[in-house]
Amino acid sequence: MRKLAVWKFASCDGCQLTLLNCEDDLLPLTDQVEIAYFPQATRAVAAGPYDLSLVDGSITTPADAERIRQVRAVSRRLVSIGACATAGGIQALRNFSDIGDFSSAVYARPEYIDTLATSTPVAAHVPVDFELNGCPIDKDQLLTVITAFLRDSKPDIPSHSVCVECKQRGTVCVMVADGIPCMGPVTHAGCGAICPSYGRGCYSCFGPQDTLNTRSLAGRFAFLGMPEPAVARTFRTFYAAAPPFATESSMHSGGGR
Amino acid sequence: MTSGPADAGEAMGSAARAPTGGMPPSRDRGAPTEKGTATPPPGTGQAAVGAPVITDVAGLQTVIDTLAGQGYTVIGPTRRGSAIVLAEIGGTQDLPQGCGDSQDAGTYRVTDRRDEAFFGFAATPQSWKAFLFPSRELLWSGAAAPGRLTVTPDPAPGKPMAFLGVRSCDLHAIYIQDRVLLGRAYTDPRYAARRADAFIIAVGCSDPSSTCFCVSMGTGPAPSAGFDLSLTELLRDGRHRFVARAGSERGAAVLACLTAPTAGPDDLSAAQAVTDTAAAHMGRHLDTRGIRDLLYASADHPRWDDAASRCLSCTNCTLVCPTCFCASLETVPDLTGEHLTRQRVWDSCFTSGHSHLSAGSVHGTTRSRYRQWLTHKLASWVDQFGTSGCVGCGRCITWCPAAIDITQEAAALRVPAPHDPAPGGEPA
Repeated sequence: MRKLAVWKFASCDGCQLTLLNCEDDLLPLTDQVEIAYFPQATRAVAAGPYDLSLVDGSITTPADAERIRQVRAVSRRLVSIGACATAGGIQALRNFSDIGDFSSAVYARPEYIDTLATSTPVAAHVPVDFELNGCPIDKDQLLTVITAFLRDSKPDIPSHSVCVECKQRGTVCVMVADGIPCMGPVTHAGCGAICPSYGRGCYSCFGPQDTLNTRSLAGRFAFLGMPEPAVARTFRTFYAAAPPFATESSMHSGGGR
Repeated sequence: MTSGPADAGEAMGSAARAPTGGMPPSRDRGAPTEKGTATPPPGTGQAAVGAPVITDVAGLQTVIDTLAGQGYTVIGPTRRGSAIVLAEIGGTQDLPQGCGDSQDAGTYRVTDRRDEAFFGFAATPQSWKAFLFPSRELLWSGAAAPGRLTVTPDPAPGKPMAFLGVRSCDLHAIYIQDRVLLGRAYTDPRYAARRADAFIIAVGCSDPSSTCFCVSMGTGPAPSAGFDLSLTELLRDGRHRFVARAGSERGAAVLACLTAPTAGPDDLSAAQAVTDTAAAHMGRHLDTRGIRDLLYASADHPRWDDAASRCLSCTNCTLVCPTCFCASLETVPDLTGEHLTRQRVWDSCFTSGHSHLSAGSVHGTTRSRYRQWLTHKLASWVDQFGTSGCVGCGRCITWCPAAIDITQEAAALRVPAPHDPAPGGEPA
């Protein structure tokens, strides 16, 4: 039976919990793979190498930068899961500031803090076989990825906009009908367009879609009355350091470097 | 991999039921119209079956009740949150009485008309496509054993649907989808079954929005054919009435339940006035002269770069378009690999996956994707299906979050580019 490992780096662990939240699908999953390393679920550890490693979290310390290389070395396939592992996560807000300022403001003895200046995705350190977006990831998409891995096929995870999901479920566009700024047009599908179905704009928990135009959307936000610093903040949340969002946010006042 | 319906493969049959009743679409692949733009009117010959009658709100309720009694799910406009949407209705009380709408590029608001009108608004956010060609449809499920796949086709849709309030632009859109999904070598049996069953109650448009241009496309505002019943709403002298005409035998049979009097000359002229007023209040105009050749000659026009700077490549225009038909097929296995489903889902030429081949996406830039969409819609659609792909409903304008206006983009292509000798000079 193929061995599955789940690794944690800098994160809230929510994406690992998504695996445990598979509920009815979890037992069939254990018929298909041996959960060989998953400290969140069990203290039992089976020795590597591992057929599939799911990596949660971003790289924020020199120790983690070294550890991710070891994980890669013992993994046949490596899939990074969640906003942290695929784009640096919320903690990548540090990338736009000086980490030394944060350390001295927060800690009595900042010299004890051994951290990197930036929070970076796994793919910035080692080759990654697939990146699954989301903050947190979607349970069904995770199962799709694992199922595809079991069949050695490419996961069918659409990379188009959230707008497709709104239209598929019959949600009326909140930006057009209510004037609510919405990140849906630039955001990767996967959540099923939850927020617009409750009359709220998309917060881009799933990061950039693959044919996006952030310049145009930022222009529409301004047209809808959003102040410049708010435009910067809107692009600087879960996927702040994803390159298209980082570039856009830095073009607005208050956006920092 | 994405495909148009003709390539939708194994689940398609060629012996689908032909639509009956409401709209007998002409099945021949007509030659492109002279200017290559106008949509031919659906159906042929005399639309009306019997004389027009005059009825009232109670009569409209009787029509709804009669159809429900015949087993139809009646779908019509209703207010839901910030919009007038199409959904199942139980009676006239569910209609958006007194609601109008204000539409412009990238903007839609429901307004208070301060009158009793049921149908005093323009195009709804989504068209009837959502019912005839649903966004996600199970085609079959299967069980896999070593060396063997057992396929269980999903049963065809059950209850027939009655559509209340179909505007002329959307009637033409249905006609166009008929051509795409039924009029070629392979037909879509599920669409065919729903289409054959659908009872269509058209409504003459009274209040076009600022994004409407059906007059330019020759598709409205009055329904000419292709319906079972057609209504024109009259609000005069404090009386709320409808001129109703039948367009099919089954429509005539429903009207017969009303025992309504024949419409008088005053009623008919009032109905004509509704149409004339609507036609005179088109918010947009699309110059269709030679548009097919214009698009073909404009492949290198700099306007595409300008459009691409605004286009979000978000797919909204295509998904609200009542004629866009692109779909993708998904095969979804369960964890064991022993069970799988095959589903058809809406897709769009604005996704990178739509044109993805082994070497990547054919349309790798937004400029390329937007050009492909507009050129197909207004030009190559004519060569492919014998009509324009645009019916002038204006949805792509209203529901574009970036406020891109198809009529403006098409008009801009007529302006010669700098250093370009003629509008759309040399084809690329």
